[in-house]
Amino acid sequence: MTAFKYPNLPFARCPELEGASPTHPVAIVGAGPVGLAAAIDCSLHGIPVVLLDHKDTVSDGSRAICWAKRTLEICDRLGVGQRLVDKGVTWNRGNVYLGDRQIYQFDLLPEPDHKRPAFINLQQFYFEHYLAQHVQSLPGIDLRWQHKVIHAQQGPESVTLTVDTQDGQYTLETEWLIAADGVRSTIRDALGQDFQGRVFQDRFLIVDIAIQRDDPAIRRFWFDPPFNAGQSALMHKQADNVWRTDFQIGWDADPELEGKPETIIPRIKKMLGDVEFEIVWSSVYTFTCRRMEKFRHGRVFFVGDAAHVVSPFGARGGNGGVQDTDNLIWKLALVRTGQAPRSLLESYNSERRHGADENILNSTRSTDFITPKTPVSRAFRDAVLDLARDHEFARRFVNAGRLSTPAAYENSPLNTPDTDNFAGTMNPGTPCTDAPITIDGRKTWLLDQIGTDFTLLYFGEDISPATRATFDALSVLQPSVRPLVLAPDGIAAARYDARPATAYLIRPDQHVTARWRHLRLEAVSAALDHCLTRT
Amino acid sequence: MASKLRTDLQIADPDSFYEDLIALHKDLTDEQSALVNAKLILLLANHIGDRQILDEALAAAKKAA
Repeated sequence: MTAFKYPNLPFARCPELEGASPTHPVAIVGAGPVGLAAAIDCSLHGIPVVLLDHKDTVSDGSRAICWAKRTLEICDRLGVGQRLVDKGVTWNRGNVYLGDRQIYQFDLLPEPDHKRPAFINLQQFYFEHYLAQHVQSLPGIDLRWQHKVIHAQQGPESVTLTVDTQDGQYTLETEWLIAADGVRSTIRDALGQDFQGRVFQDRFLIVDIAIQRDDPAIRRFWFDPPFNAGQSALMHKQADNVWRTDFQIGWDADPELEGKPETIIPRIKKMLGDVEFEIVWSSVYTFTCRRMEKFRHGRVFFVGDAAHVVSPFGARGGNGGVQDTDNLIWKLALVRTGQAPRSLLESYNSERRHGADENILNSTRSTDFITPKTPVSRAFRDAVLDLARDHEFARRFVNAGRLSTPAAYENSPLNTPDTDNFAGTMNPGTPCTDAPITIDGRKTWLLDQIGTDFTLLYFGEDISPATRATFDALSVLQPSVRPLVLAPDGIAAARYDARPATAYLIRPDQHVTARWRHLRLEAVSAALDHCLTRT
Repeated sequence: MASKLRTDLQIADPDSFYEDLIALHKDLTDEQSALVNAKLILLLANHIGDRQILDEALAAAKKAA
C-alpha cells in the first residue's frame, strides 16, 4: 500500500582513499534533513562542500512528519519546496478532545495570501530523498554515502576527521565543520562537549498505519480518550494514505511488548474500530529537552539535533534544525570570502540559541501538561481539563503542543534599532512575512524574490533619478545589496506598515535587519556593516 | 511598582466563607481535594486576570509557606 521505495545509496571511493589530502572549505557530517539543507545552501552560496553519512539509505521510518511554513519557505529558497508541498498533506487546523468530546480547535493560518500553508505532513524519508535528489543537480556538493565519521580533532587552521569505509579508513581535512549528526553526535563526543537538559519519565508509542480513510487532514489530539484511558493520543495524516498514531503509554509500560504486532493491532482496533490497516512503522520512544551550552566551538558548528533536542509535541525538532542552517550558511560564506570578519559567526551561536531556547520552553511547557511530573502538577492539569468541559477560559490552558513558529531574532546584535516609527510586527530580527506581489506585471510571491543575498525592499512607484542612483550604489557594495521595488499600497505594504519611500534591508536568510521611512545610502551601508559586525 | 494585591479584608463574613471552604472538601479523598483546590485556584485566577495581582499573590503564598 505504501509507495515509497527506499533508495540504495551507493558507496563511492574518494580522493582521500587514493592518497590525496586536499583541505576542503566545508565538511558536513550527517545527511539528514538538516545536513542536506546545509549542503544545498552551501552550493547556492558557491562553497564547495563534502557531505558524509554512514547510512546506505534515507531515514528509517517516517520520524519527523510535520514541516512548518518557515521550513517550506526555506526549502523554496533551496529549490525543493514545491516538490515537498506537492507530495505532502497540507493542513492548518487542529482539534483537541477530552474523552470523546472536542474542547478546543485551532487554525494556524487564519490569514489568506501566503504562498505556503502553516504545515505539511510528509514522512522524513521523502524529505531526505527529495533533498538528496536535488543535491545531485547542484554543483560543488561531494555527497559520500556509507562514509562513517568516527572521530574529529580540531586544530588551529583546520579540523581533521577520521572516516571509516568498506575500503578502509582515511583522514579528511576541512577548514570548517558542520556537525549535523543527530542526537547521539559523534562530533560532540569527540570534542568532549556535554549536552544538558531534562529527561521526561514517560513513554510513547508511534504507529504509522496505512489505511483508506477520507477524513480531512486535521491534527487530532485526545486527553483521556475511551481507547487510551487516562493517557493521551494523537492522530495525523501523512502522504500515501498513511496515518500517524501516537499513544502515551506511561513510564511503566514494557517497550518490547508494546512494540509487538500482537499488542499494537488490538490497540489500533480499539481506536479505529474494525477496519483493515497495515502497520508501516512503529517505535516506542522517550524524550528529553536538551541543548549544548554553545553551538559554535572554534571551527565546528553544531546544528539540528546535535545541538538541541526537544519533545515531539510542537514539531520543533526538524523545523528548528532547518532554521539553524538557514542562519549559518550565509554567514560562513561571507566570512570565507573575507567580506565579513569571523565575529559574524558568533551570532550563529547567539541567534540560534535563542531559537532553541524558545523551542525548549514551548516543548517543556507542553510536556509538563501532557506528562505531569508531580501529584500537584497532575492535579492542576486534571483541573484544567475538567474545567475545559464547561468554561471557555480553561480551553486556552489546554496544551497539546504549541506548534513551531519561526524564531524572531529581535534582540540580535546584528539588528539596527529603529529610528523611525513603525506599527505592526515586522521588527528588525523578524523573518519576512510573505505576500503576493507584482514585478513587471508578473504575479509572484515576496519570499520567492528575496534571500541568499542582501535585498533592499523599497516601497514606491515613481523611482526618482536620485533613488535610482542610490540603487546603483547599493548594488556595488560588498556584499551587493539588490533593490526590489514594491507597490506602496498593496498587501505587502500593509504587512510591512510601509508608506511611499519606506525601505527594509533584508538579510540573506530573509530576516529583517533594518528599516527606514526614507532611503539613504549611508544608512543602508552602515546597517550592512553593522549586520556583518564590520564596525 | 505599587502593590495591587488587596490584603485588607474583602469578604463580608469571613467565618461563614471559611466554613464553606472547609465544607467543600467534606467526604473527599486527598486526591479529590487537591483537584477541587486546583480548579478553585484556576477559576479565581482567571477571574482576577491582572498578571501583577496574580504574581503578587503567588509570591505572598510562597512566602507564608
